[in-house]
Amino acid sequence: MAGANGQPLIQARGLVKRFGDNVAVDGIDFDLERGEAFGFLGPNGAGKTSTMRMIGCVSPVTGGTLRVLGMDPARDGSKIRARLGVVPQLDTLDMELTVRENIVIYGRYFGLPRRQLGKRADELLEFVELTERANDKVEPLSGGMKRRLTIARSLISDPEVLLLDEPTTGLDPQARHVVWDRLYRLKRQGVTLLLTTHYMDEAEQLCDRLVVMDKGKIVAEGSPRELIQRYSTREVVELRFDDSRPDDLSYWTDGLVSRVEALPDRVLLYTDDGDAAAHGMHERGLVPESVLVRRSTLEDVFLHLTGRSLIE
Amino acid sequence: MTSLILTLRPLEFFFLQYRRIWRATLVSSVVTPIVYLLALGVGMGAFLGDIEYRGDTYQYFQFVAPGLLAATAMQIASFEASWPVLAAIKWNRQYHAMLATPLRVRDVAVAHQGFIASRMLTTATVYLLVIAAFGAVESPLAVLSVPVAVLVGLAYAAPIAAWGAHSENEASFVAIFRFVILPMFLFSGTFFPVDRLPAVLELIAYATPLWHGVSLCRMLVLGDVVGWLAVVHVAYLTAFVAVGIALALFTYRRRLVV
Repeated sequence: MAGANGQPLIQARGLVKRFGDNVAVDGIDFDLERGEAFGFLGPNGAGKTSTMRMIGCVSPVTGGTLRVLGMDPARDGSKIRARLGVVPQLDTLDMELTVRENIVIYGRYFGLPRRQLGKRADELLEFVELTERANDKVEPLSGGMKRRLTIARSLISDPEVLLLDEPTTGLDPQARHVVWDRLYRLKRQGVTLLLTTHYMDEAEQLCDRLVVMDKGKIVAEGSPRELIQRYSTREVVELRFDDSRPDDLSYWTDGLVSRVEALPDRVLLYTDDGDAAAHGMHERGLVPESVLVRRSTLEDVFLHLTGRSLIE
Repeated sequence: MTSLILTLRPLEFFFLQYRRIWRATLVSSVVTPIVYLLALGVGMGAFLGDIEYRGDTYQYFQFVAPGLLAATAMQIASFEASWPVLAAIKWNRQYHAMLATPLRVRDVAVAHQGFIASRMLTTATVYLLVIAAFGAVESPLAVLSVPVAVLVGLAYAAPIAAWGAHSENEASFVAIFRFVILPMFLFSGTFFPVDRLPAVLELIAYATPLWHGVSLCRMLVLGDVVGWLAVVHVAYLTAFVAVGIALALFTYRRRLVV
């Protein structure tokens, strides 16, 4: 069986997806190993969803090679999909069926026996805390509940890999934390997770390893911590000014910070000791409206690599 | 074998979905036909008296009832293949849910047609029983009008589903019903023999699947089967279904596999 002999669960080499003249995925390479939580981090339009759809064998590969569970999606799409769990970006729940029916019928698409499905559906509903809503229609559920239901549904076939495309986009912060908690538990149970996100906190919390995507290409790869170490400093000083923002801050910052990133609404100063830098600039007479010292995040990594923010 | 099993799986979804709305469809599949039969067959029939058809004389009810069987199959199947197909692609996205699983595009497309066929089967059976209750069944061959109604339904459902999978919105469906289905309903031999039509329209009528269905159902129910013509009818309807399904597979793939 694929993956058991050290072969990656998913392997892409020079993977390309084109829609007419538009290149959505522009020759990417990556490997996914069993048991890891792997993420594609990037802004909207980076090619994350196209990549996910190719892996999920619902979108044909335009170029390069892709092997999922050791098989070729072009030839064995149905067999591969039988072993994947998918949480698509757009919900595909049936609004008119009940919560429980949605899970059971989905299990039937995998050919699972009815008797087994009822029991398993109840367990999954408990896992995503929707037991009380089991016999309600899906339509009136909140966005967070629908996402949890989609996650429960994707688990009905005991998939070897769970593909999650923007699992918490559009959810309020509280609902996001509930989803994260469930995904974190799945990860601890050893489920292999592959997710896309444009939230750096989501990537930091859930991913063991991630690739940063921009304009169809992979621009960096590593664990969240490695990426921050490699492409950013330990801390960041965020300065906000009222109208009197100086064009050139070098007089105040020289020797105190390693890099300056000027954004429209604030200035980011990269340094390993934020407090010392802030103190030093204050002594040189710089008086911004506000000063915030924080740890570096993947947002800073992305900014450094692409010159743009993740969420525009 | 595995292939067939995969195609059967989505059928279960369509039945599950139907279970919730079957009471509402009772009106369109049972009550409406009975009302038609009563109004046209009994009401108009008393007014029109007997009608001459292919050299024999029949009561109008006998003439119109098998025609309505085929025409109803066309109408219900056309509806089932229009809005519900676009909904499964665009609004409710059930097809997308199915295609993320081992199911393939052909399973989804064929299963949906299979569900429509099953609706035809039950509707036509009820219809035939009603016709029989009115004493208008002349031959045991009438039983075969049920599979013929299924064939008529699919001759419309398959091409319309192909069109639905190609459509961006539902606007064209209204046009199809107004300018294709309704004229066929009126002028394909359901209510009067097409040889009463002007020559050009008569030729057009012969080209419609409904005329073939009406003619065949009428032969079977009245027990007056012309062998070669029956073969032509079945072949013509089957060809429509085959081409329709091939087209549907093409437009489904183009729409769903991108």
